[in-house]
Amino acid sequence: MKKSELNPLGYGGACTLPLRDDCPALVVQDLGFTYPRSETPALAGVSVKVKKGELVSLVGPNGAGKSTLLKLIVGQLTIQQGSIEVYGCQAHACRHRVSIVPQRSTVDWRFPITVHQVVLMGRYVHLGWLKKPGTQDYEAVDRALENMKIRDLRDRQIGELSGGQQQRVMLARTLAHDAELLLLDEPLNHVDIGTQELIFHTLEKLTQMGKTVLISTHDLGILKVHFSRTLFLDKSIKADGPAAEILTPETIAEAYGFQFHKEEAVV
Amino acid sequence: MTFLSSVVQWLTEPFLYGFVTRGLVAGLLAGIACSALSAFVVWRGMAFMGDAIAHAVLPGIVLAYSLGIGLFFGALGAAIFAVFGIGLLSKDDRLKEDTAIGVMFSGLFALGIIMLSRSTSGQDLSHVLFGNILGVNTSDIGYMAIVVGIVLISLKLFHKEVLVTSFDPAHAVAIGLSPSLIRYGLLMLVALTTVIAIQTVGVVMVLALLVTPGAAASLLSHNLKKIIRLSLVFSTSATVVGFYASYYGNFPSGPIIVLTLTVFFLGAFVYVRLRRI
Repeated sequence: MKKSELNPLGYGGACTLPLRDDCPALVVQDLGFTYPRSETPALAGVSVKVKKGELVSLVGPNGAGKSTLLKLIVGQLTIQQGSIEVYGCQAHACRHRVSIVPQRSTVDWRFPITVHQVVLMGRYVHLGWLKKPGTQDYEAVDRALENMKIRDLRDRQIGELSGGQQQRVMLARTLAHDAELLLLDEPLNHVDIGTQELIFHTLEKLTQMGKTVLISTHDLGILKVHFSRTLFLDKSIKADGPAAEILTPETIAEAYGFQFHKEEAVV
Repeated sequence: MTFLSSVVQWLTEPFLYGFVTRGLVAGLLAGIACSALSAFVVWRGMAFMGDAIAHAVLPGIVLAYSLGIGLFFGALGAAIFAVFGIGLLSKDDRLKEDTAIGVMFSGLFALGIIMLSRSTSGQDLSHVLFGNILGVNTSDIGYMAIVVGIVLISLKLFHKEVLVTSFDPAHAVAIGLSPSLIRYGLLMLVALTTVIAIQTVGVVMVLALLVTPGAAASLLSHNLKKIIRLSLVFSTSATVVGFYASYYGNFPSGPIIVLTLTVFFLGAFVYVRLRRI
């Protein structure tokens, strides 16, 4: 994608591109990315295809490029090499269709803002400059708060909430965004088990409705239970398939860079 | 009754003089613009940038003075130059932003002081450094009112963009909104506001008007709307105190306004601490 396509003034407004059902939700081809002033690429030759309605997990060691991949898809980073298509359109061509739940560290949690205001931000993409949220937007926010069971928190300041509650707020914002492709960057960190279950329940419901979900995680234990497909990323896609097949002790040991002792593991 | 009437007389006497009334109006206008921006300056961590803009304005003012142009435009030109200069320097990722600010800020201020010492007009510009609420003329008031209008309308129109870029700039990028566009917009408002506030508190203390009301208000509330309203109460009442102190006590208006704001801040701090116990 060329830089010129990113218009600094262009945000919001109605989505005009037709949603093509025959296209895969996400097609990444030969994607490469190197951060400025870095010698080694963060991603090299990443190719992957995700069908509509899939719930896919993305695993890999720290620095494997998971966040970089998600940021490229959502348009927080500019593509240097290769291509990304979302529902048949070039990535970033339609920002209504992709939303991301960012890693906790990218957000200023101390900023004086209420839960309701944060979730309403999910509607901004549909509004754009100068347009105020209307009834439709407030209804979408209410539904999202209801779904994440945080209606009673709506007027609380975001910084006063627990980590699990904050994560529910961020997911509610993504629900209000009403995207077709949802990206979640390590949403399970600092999250209690109740919130974790609620997140999975919500994501499963969304995929049943035809939405597509890609979620990065460090928690290898949950993969077999909740995901039918796991992508193992370490600069490029090293393995792709059901978690039980691709996550053997050996592949994990190799990717995470330690020696695996079978005897000790048995004990 | 006589006591009451003497109080009323004490309060109203200054308004017999046009220049004194103008002083109060100017102070209030500057206070309104500053307090509207204060919450964002505090919560977006723009305090140092605000200070830099205030100091960088000096060479612009001296230049405008010696050329006989309106001080307002000289100051504004220098402020905009500083904002974009700092932006340009910190784009190079070998320089952190506060480093770029530090370099530009002190450099431009030094230039201003040298220009001031060489200025042959023989005019005393110390009111530029420390402010003089009673030296405001009618056209100054006009500019100030326009600036207040621009600040309030812009914050109202772009409220949601300012919110999202403050809280979660990555989300802003993801929906196609450029955080640096909003940042420059806000900095332009800070520059405009700084330029008018120099009239009342001067270059050296303008930062207090931009930071202290929002800081005091943030101690008392976590709600952005309330913070902005409280900032407004703090800065306007400090201005009124400064105005009377300046008239009756012959105190310099700027330092009194800043001191009053500092007392408000300390009061809020102690109040919050005591309530927690």
